Amino acid sequence: MIIAEQKPFEEIKRSIAPAHKVLVVGCGTCVTVCFAGGAREAAILAASLRMAFKLNGDPKEITEVTVQRQCEWEYLDAVAEQVGKAEVVLSLGCGVGVQAIAERFPRTWVVPGLNTSFLGMPAEQGVWVERCAACGDCILGLTAGICPIARCSKSLLNGPCGGSQDGHCEVNADIPCGWQLIYDRLKALGKVEMLYEIRPPKNWRASRDGGPRKIVRPDLRLIEEE
Amino acid sequence: MVERTYPLVQPIALVERAMAEDFEPQITAFYCIYCGYMAADTAGILHIQYPANVKFVRLPCTGKTDIRYILEAFEQGADGVYLVACPIGNCHHVRGNERGWARVKRAKKILDEIGLGGERLEMFFMSGSQGGAFAIAAQTMTERIRRMGPNPIRLSEVRAGRPDTETEKEDSEEVDFRGRRSKKSG
Repeated sequence: MIIAEQKPFEEIKRSIAPAHKVLVVGCGTCVTVCFAGGAREAAILAASLRMAFKLNGDPKEITEVTVQRQCEWEYLDAVAEQVGKAEVVLSLGCGVGVQAIAERFPRTWVVPGLNTSFLGMPAEQGVWVERCAACGDCILGLTAGICPIARCSKSLLNGPCGGSQDGHCEVNADIPCGWQLIYDRLKALGKVEMLYEIRPPKNWRASRDGGPRKIVRPDLRLIEEE
Repeated sequence: MVERTYPLVQPIALVERAMAEDFEPQITAFYCIYCGYMAADTAGILHIQYPANVKFVRLPCTGKTDIRYILEAFEQGADGVYLVACPIGNCHHVRGNERGWARVKRAKKILDEIGLGGERLEMFFMSGSQGGAFAIAAQTMTERIRRMGPNPIRLSEVRAGRPDTETEKEDSEEVDFRGRRSKKSG
């Protein structure tokens, strides 16, 4: 899922300062699960902002609403009326959610309340780790289910660099070396010989190198293309 | 700890000064139904006096503490908020009080950021037999909040000419599905 964290309170305050009517829009999907922008976080932020501005002598009308998914029109349409009344929408969705609101409501000023961090998972309660870089050409089948793009600091494809020390990355000793993890797992599974295979270069055009990406599925479209 | 200047220390209008002089803190306290409630009961049985300005809200466990509850109490005008939980290691839900304490610590940071001051929020740990400790917690918070002064949000409402929410009659309010009072529209 998408992992995000809330922006510093002062930054959020500054971004909505000129407006009087503010709508905080939470998202009920990824950012709810990572406790960054769900209904609870939206309520906490809205209450904090209401109190902070009141104390500054500039009381604002700050309300909150949470949609199931900010990145789908259907769910956004459900709050169109509230969005229309707001001078600024403070989105607690990921970057996709913020842009979806901007695109669906062309006359609405929208600002982000979160920094979208990465694609990852909770390693334990309160700890999230990056696991995928959305590179568009998955090679996990060749690397024992451990992603060298996301988990090697240099995204190397041909084994560890010289900075790998005792299984730790040279960027930070807290980061395990991605390639050490791959090697250890392949060894445990008795498949180390897979590393000897010569592979063609990875297709980076499927990643950001090919510009903004798009997937079209004719079988799912409502209107068939001519 | 960063020194903060609260709106309270700005030149105070007469009504605010009156408010500050006869200031009796309104405190909301959340206690768990195990040690917290039992400690309150013990205090009652032993006839131990504690300040009457503390209003209690029961929680099934302080692990149920939600930062929303704490902020809502402050937003509705509480001058201070505190929690009463089982001693660490003795929670009836094993670690509920530790979770509550972690949230209280986070809420304190939020209150600092808002400008209300994290010291307006506290958490006390005691066993069910400690009626005296229960009274001391109430006294400690009352004294602390009396020293800190009224919730600046209430002051800012007075300054803005808005009616004090407390003096309003309940008839003018309606209760929403979460039991929260809101002013009737129209």
